[in-house]
Amino acid sequence: MRPFWIIVSKEISDQIKSWRFIIMVGIILLTCFGSLYTALSNIGEAISKVKDVGDPFLFLKLFTVSDGTMPSFFVFVSFLGPLLGISLGFDAINSEFNKGTMSRILSQPIHRDNLINAKFMASLIVISVLFFVMGFLVMGIGLIAIGIPPTAEEFMRIISFLLLSIFYVAFWLNLSILFSVCCRQAATSALSGVAVWLFFSIFFDMIIKIISRAMAPNPGFMHRAQLYGEQNFIMHLMRLSPTHLFSDATTTLLMPSVRSLGPLTMEQVSGAIPSPLPLGQSILLVWPQVTGLIAATVICFALSYMLFMRKEVRAR
Amino acid sequence: MDHNVIELFDITKKYGSFTAVDHLNLTVKKSEVFGLLGPNGAGKSTTILMMLGLTEPTSGSVSVCGINSTTNPIEVKRKVGYLPEDVGFYNDLTGIENLVYTARLNGFSRNEAEKSAVKFMKRVGLSDDINKKAGKYSKGMRQRLGLADVLIKKPEIIILDEPTSGIDPTGVRDFLNLIVGLSRQDGITVLFSSHNLHQVQQVCDHLALFVKGKIIADGNVQDLSVKLFGNEPFIISAGISLNVNNVNPEEELKKIEGVTTISREKNIFNISCSKDITSEIARVIVNSGMNLNYLQRKEYGLDEIYNRYFEGEEKHERK
Repeated sequence: MRPFWIIVSKEISDQIKSWRFIIMVGIILLTCFGSLYTALSNIGEAISKVKDVGDPFLFLKLFTVSDGTMPSFFVFVSFLGPLLGISLGFDAINSEFNKGTMSRILSQPIHRDNLINAKFMASLIVISVLFFVMGFLVMGIGLIAIGIPPTAEEFMRIISFLLLSIFYVAFWLNLSILFSVCCRQAATSALSGVAVWLFFSIFFDMIIKIISRAMAPNPGFMHRAQLYGEQNFIMHLMRLSPTHLFSDATTTLLMPSVRSLGPLTMEQVSGAIPSPLPLGQSILLVWPQVTGLIAATVICFALSYMLFMRKEVRAR
Repeated sequence: MDHNVIELFDITKKYGSFTAVDHLNLTVKKSEVFGLLGPNGAGKSTTILMMLGLTEPTSGSVSVCGINSTTNPIEVKRKVGYLPEDVGFYNDLTGIENLVYTARLNGFSRNEAEKSAVKFMKRVGLSDDINKKAGKYSKGMRQRLGLADVLIKKPEIIILDEPTSGIDPTGVRDFLNLIVGLSRQDGITVLFSSHNLHQVQQVCDHLALFVKGKIIADGNVQDLSVKLFGNEPFIISAGISLNVNNVNPEEELKKIEGVTTISREKNIFNISCSKDITSEIARVIVNSGMNLNYLQRKEYGLDEIYNRYFEGEEKHERK
């Protein structure tokens, strides 16, 4: 076996044996079942609300339906996913330095980048397995409970949703690996990661609202084109946040009736048939969001790779 | 057997404006125990990191076993076992799991790795603690586990960076004996850095005195004293009580061939000489009717070497 995969397998076993991982999985599974329960108890109502009987996307509702007491599955993922990513990566590099194992491992015949690549790969594998297990569990239980099998398209939509969630968590994972390269103390890097996460999930929206309120003149005096530009500008600002990118993308994937993520003019809407989009079109719609997320992930990884390769290896 | 396994040619390492290693030349021969001796911050660790290719020299070239460490570190790391100062292990893994991990990174299969891990843990005297978590090891045990960790990859060269810091005196002695035994038994070259003179003196065949990024002297202990003390490598101190014939002891002693200087503290005379003339001195003293009540030959130990160097250093700085 190549050294890279030996490090990967050791890191995976470290991850799944660690307490923080067990706690995180506990929380995530709990919320996953909670949201499944609310979805199942409200799905009947949701179906009766649907106007045309032939709504083909009943199965996807398992992931999106909620009665307001408990958020749905995908909201939970967008909230807890980052925390999972941060908790898997925040001490990836600095703990090796603090334990004094870094110089010992790097004096073995391995390339230096093997270590950071393997750590990323190991966490990514753990996350992927976890998400697929959760997704399939929800599908399986849902299948037993409602008795209607998913169509091929629904299945593909759920798979793409799971892949997207993995990318999203991978972004947070890389961000926390980056902090773990920069900060000498694991606590500092964990707190920095959590701070960024809180900023994007709570404060970013508020700041955007303040900006839009400050900028917008009275709508009554605005030209329609101005209003449209204004809306677009705010939209672009929102899209700087990975959380927003993710929720845009998941909404589109899990709710085929979403036709656009920006404001539409009447001209664009006129003549459109109010029907759900096929999977290909939905993916096309969220392609920019997905690309943005992957780009952010790659930037974080490249930065941490570069910093790590230049880091001075000293015993403690 | 007499070829050089480590060759450093004119290497310099700078951190910003600070020069950690300054135009250093060093060669280590096969199968010898080589000591790098120097105070903290002299650049010993930096030199070692450059040998392993973990740090690049600013200029100059490093070759280990004929391989350039800077351009081909992987091959060098295959042949060199490195025990860093204050070595760390994965605390959640047992001692043997830590070793197996290292062995597998060196290309052993799982079976081979487990077998040789058990073998080397026995060899360093940890056979009772094979399945204990590394986090529960004492400092001395960790150091021995570190040695097993170095040996398991079957290295040609072992580099130990301050391996004895923080171990109690008996532990240090055992550890040093273990290292020397291994070196003799398997013909492994050992490079050993320390700031402790006595330990280096005990085990090393050859040593280099390292200060401020430069080697100021190298050779074995005797060579070093010749280099640093020039033509007076011996000091003989003689205790002479007042004599019957009323001769001046200093004048009598100066007549002996080989005596260079004499200093006096009360009744103790410190006689520096170029060769070992202890018996000659005794005869002269007794024949001239003086009472000799104490005679000791001192060889320069590393303490003197060290002190002499630092005296020189201070004088130099005062200028």
